[in-house]
Amino acid sequence: MAKVPVQFTLNGSEKAEFIESGTTLLNALRDKIGDTSPKGGCHQGTCGACSVIIDGELRLSCLTLAETCNGADIKTTAGLAEGGVLHPLQRAFLDAFATQCGFCTPGMITAAKVLLDRTPNPSREDVVEALSGNICRCTGYEPIIQAVLTAARANSQNAA
Amino acid sequence: MELRKDYFADVRKDGLNEIGQPRPRLDSPGHVTGKTAYFADRNFPGMLHLKMVRSPHHHARIRSIDTSEAEKHPGVVRVLTARDVPHNVYTILILIQVGPEDETVLADGKVRWKGEAVVAVLAETERAAQEAAAKVKVDYEVLPAVFDMEEALKPGAPVVNEYHGQNYYLYDSGECRKVRFGDVEAGFAQADHILEQSYQSSPIEHAPTETTGCVVAPEGNDRFTCYTNTQAMFFTLDNASIILQMPGSKLHFVGGTVGGGFGGKVDVIVEPIAILGAKLTGRPVSFVYSREEEMQISSPRAAEKIVIKDGVMKDGRIVARKVTGYTDAGAYSRHSPYGAQKGAAHYPGPYTISNVWIDTYCVYTNRTPSSAMRGFGVTIGDFALEVQMDKLARLIGMDPLEFRFINAYRDGDMKAHRQPTEGAALIECMQEASRAANWPVAEKYMAMSSYRKGA
Amino acid sequence: MSLALQTFSTVKDANAALQAAGTRYLGGGTLVVRAANEGDVSTSSLVRVTDPGLSQIAVAGGKVRLGASVTMAAIASHPELAALAPAARAVGGPAIRNMATVGGNLFAPAPYGDFAVALLALDATVVTGDGETPIETFLAGRDTTRAIVTGVGFASPKAESFRFLKVSRVKPKGVSVLSIAALLELAADGAVSSARIALGCMADRPTRAKAAEKALLGCKLTPQEIAPALAAAGEGIAPITDPIASAWYRAEVLPVHLGRLLSN
Repeated sequence: MAKVPVQFTLNGSEKAEFIESGTTLLNALRDKIGDTSPKGGCHQGTCGACSVIIDGELRLSCLTLAETCNGADIKTTAGLAEGGVLHPLQRAFLDAFATQCGFCTPGMITAAKVLLDRTPNPSREDVVEALSGNICRCTGYEPIIQAVLTAARANSQNAA
Repeated sequence: MELRKDYFADVRKDGLNEIGQPRPRLDSPGHVTGKTAYFADRNFPGMLHLKMVRSPHHHARIRSIDTSEAEKHPGVVRVLTARDVPHNVYTILILIQVGPEDETVLADGKVRWKGEAVVAVLAETERAAQEAAAKVKVDYEVLPAVFDMEEALKPGAPVVNEYHGQNYYLYDSGECRKVRFGDVEAGFAQADHILEQSYQSSPIEHAPTETTGCVVAPEGNDRFTCYTNTQAMFFTLDNASIILQMPGSKLHFVGGTVGGGFGGKVDVIVEPIAILGAKLTGRPVSFVYSREEEMQISSPRAAEKIVIKDGVMKDGRIVARKVTGYTDAGAYSRHSPYGAQKGAAHYPGPYTISNVWIDTYCVYTNRTPSSAMRGFGVTIGDFALEVQMDKLARLIGMDPLEFRFINAYRDGDMKAHRQPTEGAALIECMQEASRAANWPVAEKYMAMSSYRKGA
Repeated sequence: MSLALQTFSTVKDANAALQAAGTRYLGGGTLVVRAANEGDVSTSSLVRVTDPGLSQIAVAGGKVRLGASVTMAAIASHPELAALAPAARAVGGPAIRNMATVGGNLFAPAPYGDFAVALLALDATVVTGDGETPIETFLAGRDTTRAIVTGVGFASPKAESFRFLKVSRVKPKGVSVLSIAALLELAADGAVSSARIALGCMADRPTRAKAAEKALLGCKLTPQEIAPALAAAGEGIAPITDPIASAWYRAEVLPVHLGRLLSN
């Protein structure tokens, strides 16, 4: 099987690996690089558990081939906390009881991060739209929406 | 949220100081940082991937299985059939003496539902396993299938599961679970009105975000560590021990972290065959359902049919209730004999009725085996019962909430299955619901109590 | 055989590679990678093209040209494509819209392919190395076409003449029960002077409601006058049955939703 080199930045650090051609970014991150924060829920582009941020845009790592990400800047939930201090989104998810089984949580947080990076003061509708590709089966949407709105307020207070 | 501590204050020993207080979940920090370790987050060098060849038929005899092409496929390490499984016919509830063993780990001679596991392929990559699975040749003789419970119970219906011999589970009480309390026919004779209605539900899939699966690593001393998302850890360990004819001391199960279960992960399905694969190859094995398998193969909530006949007086008292419940187990028992039995105890609902007759059947059909899901055996029953209660109230022109006050069970009442009622709070819950929903009821109902009779 | 990706800088080279058996073109990945993940072993090689021209949007002289690799997100946020934004936003959730392409949508089987429904109503032209093809002809032959789609072109619709509706059970993101796109020209008195209506989920690929189009001509968009068009909407349809809805249900609700789209 043909191995191909891939090289990209993951959460600020350079990664270079040889992978089998045709490997999804999800499998490369989880099995080769060891970042298991993106989850494989459906491998169909339906659940959003594998959501990652590629060059500032929300993408589904299960439908992205790793070798198309050469040179990209990739961010995952595993890289959000800085120096052991949780990102405001992580803090808000924790405080708002916005996790239950936790399987959808990393995808939810990456989707919310892209939203807040572009829309620091989102409306409730903005949040619902931004999370619309992420499925929670423990029926926890309301606390998740509240957590994102809380994180946005915390961000804007910090900026002020 | 409002906490009303005045209810039952005189019979309560604690101050309910924890209720209503936010408490951080122990597992949340792992969830928000992506560090929580689910079974699939374990990765081992040399790990093999297991893919299942499944039955394309609802009911068929297997004439022959040819795995020779699959075995030669590049990347394939081992192909497993029924004869590789030490104790191939099992049933999970055998641990609590609910038999007979009626399900095959890998199909042997016959398939009884579309999607049943027939051959397991272990390969270096998922892709190689999928390609090899496509090369397994199974010669089927398609048999007539039955999908409807009432059809299945008719004489002459195709026999779904020979281990039972008939299309229903044979309880010690006979062809169904029975509850007999008072004289139901006398109750109907006395009733002002009789209402008979039938209620039906379809199977419901839990659709957890994380699909069913496990990762097994062979350790030294012939031990195997099984990382699994089962909701029933020791049930799974003990059943794996039986299926593999391997002492439990050889099995180390690691789990408890489940990416959504809702009852869908209590069956023992992926672990035994993955452990067997690890044993026969000496390599770590990963067996994870695809999303399609999760939706089509994993057990759903059973389809149910419930026929309720009630006798009611003009003053609101229900004086007789006769219920016939049918639980569609699909092709195998799994937890369904227990679910149907729960229904038998439950069908009077939270109401005190003096004459009760209940029959509940656990029926076998050529559908996907059903199993546990959030209150299985009672959830669909509650839907049926409460719709029936509204219809009864309408029939006698009574407020539906007041109608429930009249029939609500209270401490000391004997339930139909001979369990005395204790700790009931239905009256108080309805009183609070009446206030919260601004649905007023007569003052005499607001003065009632669950444990002070005559109040 | 594992799955391998071949990358080319030109469509010409990629077209040559696509002639090999077991090869499929990779756009945004939402169809072909999904199929591979689900165990479709018929594809062993994926081909992609990195030519940046495929991602270009050109709006000039009343004409729109979308490269095949243009994403739904790019259309939804383009200031000169506001009329098309609802159709682009109808596809998937935010992450899918960052990946799903115009070219790929032309191949999406029902219940997917909402944007292609819009393109059908717009009477788009599909551009491949072999030349330009009317979208209706292209969709009819899409199962056997081997030439890489490089783009689509259509006359820029006036915002008031183009209408789009997607019906789904879950909002804001849900799979289609059905989708409808309509390009309507109205005369000064409000009567329909031309109509082109495309339907999603009413067959395995986008189809036109030709009988309804014809019945609409000369009608004002009042409940009474559009009634014959609604009655004709189901002519020739063969809706899909899937976990979202049955063919029967889709056929029953089509006139209801067409009526809402037309009278809005």
